[in-house]
Amino acid sequence: MGNCDMDTMKEELRQYILSEFLPGEKPSNLRDDTPLRTSGILDSVATLRLVTFVEEHYGIEVEAHEAGVENFDTIESISSFIQSKQKPA
Amino acid sequence: MSLADLEGPLSALHLSHYLEASALRCPERVAAVDSDGTSLTYRELNDRASRVAGFLASQGIRRGDRVGLLLPKDTAALTALFGTLKAGAAYVPVDWTGPAERVRSILADCDVRALFADGRRADLAADIETVILLGEDKGDGPRGSVSGRFSWDKALEHEPLPADPAARRPDDLAYILYTSGSTGIPKGVTLTHQNATSFVDWCSSVFTPSEDDLFSSHAPFHFDLSILDIYVPLKHGASVHLVPDELGKNPKDLARFIASRQLSVWYSTPAILGLLAEFGDLDRLDCSHLRLVLFAGEVFPVKQLRRLVSHWPWPAYYNLYGPTETNVCTYARIPTPIPEGRSEPYPIGWPCSHCAALVIDAEGRRVEGGDEGLLYISGPSVFIGYWNRLQETAAAFLDRDGARWYNTGDVVKQQGDEGLLYLGRRDRMVKRRGYRIELGEVESCLYRHPAVSGAAAVPVQSAEAGVRIVAYLVAPAASRPSIVEMKTFCNQHLPSYMNPDVFVFVDALPRTSTNKVDYQDLIRRFEPDRKA
Repeated sequence: MGNCDMDTMKEELRQYILSEFLPGEKPSNLRDDTPLRTSGILDSVATLRLVTFVEEHYGIEVEAHEAGVENFDTIESISSFIQSKQKPA
Repeated sequence: MSLADLEGPLSALHLSHYLEASALRCPERVAAVDSDGTSLTYRELNDRASRVAGFLASQGIRRGDRVGLLLPKDTAALTALFGTLKAGAAYVPVDWTGPAERVRSILADCDVRALFADGRRADLAADIETVILLGEDKGDGPRGSVSGRFSWDKALEHEPLPADPAARRPDDLAYILYTSGSTGIPKGVTLTHQNATSFVDWCSSVFTPSEDDLFSSHAPFHFDLSILDIYVPLKHGASVHLVPDELGKNPKDLARFIASRQLSVWYSTPAILGLLAEFGDLDRLDCSHLRLVLFAGEVFPVKQLRRLVSHWPWPAYYNLYGPTETNVCTYARIPTPIPEGRSEPYPIGWPCSHCAALVIDAEGRRVEGGDEGLLYISGPSVFIGYWNRLQETAAAFLDRDGARWYNTGDVVKQQGDEGLLYLGRRDRMVKRRGYRIELGEVESCLYRHPAVSGAAAVPVQSAEAGVRIVAYLVAPAASRPSIVEMKTFCNQHLPSYMNPDVFVFVDALPRTSTNKVDYQDLIRRFEPDRKA
């Protein structure tokens, strides 16, 4: 999968996180800036699954040190990170 | 005979003897290595621990006192641990990343007299007389000038405490490990030196460690798997490689760690081994130095175990079983490779040589043949009791045939010549990632949310996800919290492994005819195809 626009990406991430880790939650309660790690929504195993999803779905490789709270704490930060990885160097 | 005359590792009466004997036998060998490669030799570790013991003694710490460890796992934490033991005190390891309230309640429950704390959690030490701060607090942190607050360097500068054999007895308290308590307050499992040494000496006989072994230490010190990780290598003059929390959760980095450190003995819960097999890129790494892979804490799903063994066919695999109260009490060697057709879980096997097992039915009769029953364990590794909980301690034991038997609460049956097979539990305790979870503790957290008027937590088993916790909640529609809010709330009050996977709001909790919450109905209600 190639580049796609930010809003689509955010919706895809929201859908994935809701269905996998917050079943039953209203989409509007998972905002772009809702903390995912520090809130406990994603624990270490859930984070691994999300990283694997991101790698497969967006065709990027995420190094272990890149999967920390700086890049993977909100839908906002994850989508910015994906976009920065997709841009040709 | 003095310790210096020993030619090889012998059984010990006190856990500190293992380190002291190895420090005399092989002072310059590496005892422990941090994740960044920093290491301590036996001489260094022993000398530093003696200084820490001297410092603790100067602060009035005496035999039987409790000393808390609120630290990330590294060689400094290991030094503080042995310093505590050398001072004759018992260590109480606490998850340093844990929720503040839970940490405070543990430290208060067993009345710790001194605390080694990471500088980032110094706020949790307010009520404790003597606090030694470690880590990122070198700059303007508290110094010796503040009453009762000391730097780690201060402890290391102290004169070593001379060893006093009279002050070290095998039945002294060695450590307290806190596990989930059904009333919402964690309970402390108190273990003596003899409890631990009987297990460590059994490990020596079965796993025959040598000075050349390189052990992993994956489990945190507050988890009882750490007893093998710490004391077995140090008894034998081997090295232990300490895996800190963050590295321990990351299978990619962890796999590289196992390969680059050329580890020979691995011990952890099946959960992390399953993640290593799935995410660790094991085929690209050389882990051929592994000779033993030990796992404990929960059932290893056969599919995941088969995948692991297909990546690592060479080590010997052992399933170790035992609650914190007994440490490992039964074990089974797993024959490899794992046959393609096998889907039934492997047994917990046969009692260790220092333990006896008894399986009895609801009427207290010893079961015959392959019938189900509750597993009771007796032997020198069985704990003395729960800290300050006389009633619960009494309820955990059965006196029979002149022995004191601990009721594990686990239902087992004899499975032909494979030994005992674990079947499940009859109470409300579940295991997740090797951790014990009392669902009552989860519920008592849920009830603390101001909008929640009813709460029930149930386990739901699935083949691929293992055990998941489903929380049913009653809350008025007008003030019903979002699931994000409940998740966040639980994260502030419970360790992450206890945070429910699924939250479901209901109008009322179903009741049985005797007006108890109908948990079976709630388990049945959970739609099996619901994802989480």
